[in-house]
Amino acid sequence: MSTLATSAARAGRIELADVAIRLGQGEAAFDVVESVRLAIPARQFVCLLGPSGCGKSTLLGALAGHLAPSRGRVSLDGETVAGPDPERGIVFQQHTLLPWKRVIENVAFGPKMRGLPKAERLARARAFLALVGLEDFAERYPDELSGGMQQRVEIARVLINEPRVLLMDEPFGALDAQTRLMMQEMLLDLWTRLPTTVLFVTHDIDEALFLGDRVLVMSSRPGRILEDIPLGFPRPRGRDLVTDPAFIDLKRRCLGLLRPRDGKPPLPRLSPLGLPGAGAGAA
Amino acid sequence: MSSAAIDAAVPALAAPSAPGHRRLAHRPGLPLRRLALRAGALGLGLLGWHLAASHRLDLGLVTFRNVPAPLDVARALSALVQSPKLGAHIGASLGRVLGGFLVALAAGVGLGLAIGRSRTARDLLLPPLEVLRPIPAVAWIPLAILMFPSSELSMVFITFTGALFPILLNTVHGAEGVSPRLVASARSLGARRWAILREVVIPSAAQSIVTGAAIGMGTAWFCLVTAEMISGQYGIGYFTWEAYTLQNYDDIVVGMLLIGLLGMGSSALVRAAGRLAMPWTRAGIRS
Repeated sequence: MSTLATSAARAGRIELADVAIRLGQGEAAFDVVESVRLAIPARQFVCLLGPSGCGKSTLLGALAGHLAPSRGRVSLDGETVAGPDPERGIVFQQHTLLPWKRVIENVAFGPKMRGLPKAERLARARAFLALVGLEDFAERYPDELSGGMQQRVEIARVLINEPRVLLMDEPFGALDAQTRLMMQEMLLDLWTRLPTTVLFVTHDIDEALFLGDRVLVMSSRPGRILEDIPLGFPRPRGRDLVTDPAFIDLKRRCLGLLRPRDGKPPLPRLSPLGLPGAGAGAA
Repeated sequence: MSSAAIDAAVPALAAPSAPGHRRLAHRPGLPLRRLALRAGALGLGLLGWHLAASHRLDLGLVTFRNVPAPLDVARALSALVQSPKLGAHIGASLGRVLGGFLVALAAGVGLGLAIGRSRTARDLLLPPLEVLRPIPAVAWIPLAILMFPSSELSMVFITFTGALFPILLNTVHGAEGVSPRLVASARSLGARRWAILREVVIPSAAQSIVTGAAIGMGTAWFCLVTAEMISGQYGIGYFTWEAYTLQNYDDIVVGMLLIGLLGMGSSALVRAAGRLAMPWTRAGIRS
């Protein structure tokens, strides 16, 4: 698999220095996150856990370069993030595959943008499709696949760019429980083979504890980081981990931190692209 | 790298969701019953026309006293079909409609994409276009004659004005409707401005563009009689207008029917071309 991981040596250190993000315009503007300080070493798997609307996806959007912080600095390996880049791949909750391209062409999209010749990029795309177990679906259109398969294609399409950082916004949140567990295990397998820094947003405590090297728990809006919990569970991890007493202790601790705001209704979900309807700028 | 684990896991992952995928379903042909209904509706329309015309039906507000009956029209049609002029009429009209339509397609799609994706282009282009839009084709005749060196070009221009706006407005609509999520994700994969236009915006707007083109093809035919009022010799529209000035009522209806049929046929061709160009929209696939 050396053909796949040609840049395993590259870094992927994330730093957020006193980052605040405001969304909305004029009177309606509000702080989604305020003064987040955070350093993530290269190739760490970090889960960002928090209640709906707390700004975890917004933070992800700032790292992806789709949202600009109103204060502070977001950087990758010392370079300030100033817009989207294939070095910082993002996977959304709902797939964003191009419906008019076959699965293989979707995966080959990044290499095409880099100007890789057709035969070369298709061969590469085929290798990445095989990595997520979908080589037999190369000629399908995305709408012919199940939700889990669409997300696997999405992951292959991001990984083919050899990103230094993989940003995931509740990527398995729309899948059924069974598929979600399989996707989690597949993601961990991929991550051991193609190590990148992963920032994984979720509101599912089990998911965060099962996947991460470290869990960051965020408060309700305006979001701050309440707790930074290192997870020492050995890898590779199996399903029996979730019944481990240490796992259950941590789960109880997270549940306590995520206790719903007294009687208030949950906030609407935000997206890494900002407010719904705001768009991400014209082409 | 230890690949044994994932190689073992991957087929197991693929298997459970595989039966859930949807296959490409081909659209079944229309059942006989519906075909019969459609033919029946046409037949009923013809019969009603025949009865109204042959009984010289007078409803006060509208009268069929001078309306030619279907059989008279059929006789006139067969006379036209046997005359060597039919080919020249149809050929001249097809050329004008196609010319106007193709220029409108290029202009409408180009302007529509710009207006749909750029606020500056919208502010610059939309106000003048909105002023021009309500102007009927017939009002363009004098200017068209003044602006173009040949009457042939003037006629092409008038069919162009007919086809432009449906194509333009549908393209604007399609370009505005592009999902910001798709654009954002393409940017994160390394696509820049032109690549986003080519790979995301245009395919995403394609369905609207084809709809606009099919409507625009119809409105180009719609303007044909107007355009060919300035023709000296040939064209279905000219034939119809000449029949009117000569009070040759049978031929008027022949001309009307020919325009209707040619317009319907060419719109269907545009839609068929659109389906060929967009394999992902074929039946069975949501888009």
